[in-house]
Amino acid sequence: MIRVVLPAHLRALARVNGEVHIDITGPVTQRSVLDALEARYPMLRGTIRAHGGGPRRAFIRFFACEQDLSHDPPDNPLPEAVAAGTEPYLIVGAMAGG
Amino acid sequence: MSGVRVLAGTRKGAFVLTSDGARKQWEVSGPHFAGWEIYHVKGSPADPARLYASQSSGWSGQVIQRSDDGGATWAPVGNQFAYQGTPGTHQWYDGTPHPWEFARVWHLEPSLDDPDVVYAGVEDAGLFRSDDGGQSWQELPQLRGHESGPSWQPGAGGMCLHTILLDPLQQGRMFAAISAAGAFRSDDAGQTWRPINRGLQSEGIPDPDAEVGHCVHRLAMHPSRPDVLFMQKHWDVMRSDNGGESWREISGNLPSDFGFPIDVHAHEPDTIYVVPITSDAEHFPPDGKLRVYRSRTGGDDWEPLTTGLPQQHCYVNVLRDAMAVDSLDSCGVYFGTTGGQVYVSADSGDSWAPIVRDLPAVLSVEVQTLP
Repeated sequence: MIRVVLPAHLRALARVNGEVHIDITGPVTQRSVLDALEARYPMLRGTIRAHGGGPRRAFIRFFACEQDLSHDPPDNPLPEAVAAGTEPYLIVGAMAGG
Repeated sequence: MSGVRVLAGTRKGAFVLTSDGARKQWEVSGPHFAGWEIYHVKGSPADPARLYASQSSGWSGQVIQRSDDGGATWAPVGNQFAYQGTPGTHQWYDGTPHPWEFARVWHLEPSLDDPDVVYAGVEDAGLFRSDDGGQSWQELPQLRGHESGPSWQPGAGGMCLHTILLDPLQQGRMFAAISAAGAFRSDDAGQTWRPINRGLQSEGIPDPDAEVGHCVHRLAMHPSRPDVLFMQKHWDVMRSDNGGESWREISGNLPSDFGFPIDVHAHEPDTIYVVPITSDAEHFPPDGKLRVYRSRTGGDDWEPLTTGLPQQHCYVNVLRDAMAVDSLDSCGVYFGTTGGQVYVSADSGDSWAPIVRDLPAVLSVEVQTLP
């Protein structure tokens, strides 16, 4: 089970409270997590990364285990603690005005 | 008793304001989509319960919301706006070619007769259409593909397609306006387009009467007389009596002919409204007095409407999509300000009152007249 934390405005869009829990079969990567997330919540397509699994939106960041993974290749394995469900994968709205 | 539903889009959410035909007592619902910019909310003329909303944010891009119950509940629909083919380039602020990039939906225009058909005007300027209630969107690429497209430049607010007018009398005829390219007309449901800017004069471009390049802020028409178009340009208020073939200036005695919105009375096709703004550098009313100007003669001769509007220390703006009229017997006129007020006049502009005073900056105002 992967624990995903969405920013508040995307929790509202997806109509969820708290963490989202998703199951991944196969490698646990940023791409596989986002693919599974978008499959369960289609309204999130295009709001975190471009449609069709494209690049991350400029003001969205990906954190886990106190690391910034935003610039990592999307097919890199996520930290074991994320894959094991002991640490969440954080999708964060960058601090950028508004 | 008949009533009205006002749909206000703001910098931080949407608000639905409802009243009976007296338009004195108001119920305020919102914010819907709190925290998101709502550029536009508009209802279907064919089914007033069907609403579309353009929701966007700098973080998470574009979302389109749809309501099938008059705004009580909403659900996200499709948000993929992909330019057809190779997008090509337009001019950037520095004159260099810049790839067409989708930024947001500025305006949603539901079809006059099919609630599942809706048009979207987007930044960077393009026109999209959905035939399935907003679930999927297809570009009408011939507008962006006009031979002048590579020369279009963004206005200060971005290169937006902000006005879509559907001709209720001539099937397939539609008008679009782009800042800062100008006005365009299609006579075949968007398959071909041509610029309709003859008569416009713009000092801010190298050739003041060029075929394209004008910063048109807004177009308006009366549904009974779609050959007559009114335009608020960056500077100048203009009128066409031949579907945009040619334009003449009707600024007349306005204190400033700079502004953003323009609208037409529901029952008097020659009664029009503008909100003069001091200048392109000073986006607030002249002398700190918020005045709507009305012409009952189709332009040239204007009167200030001030009753109920602040006449000192007022420095708000009224944006291009933030004015609307209802079609009750006594025509209601509405506008929203960047200071968060939404004003109503239930007597064609003679007197005004705020419906709300402290919303986030208002980006758009539409109104539905309900049975």
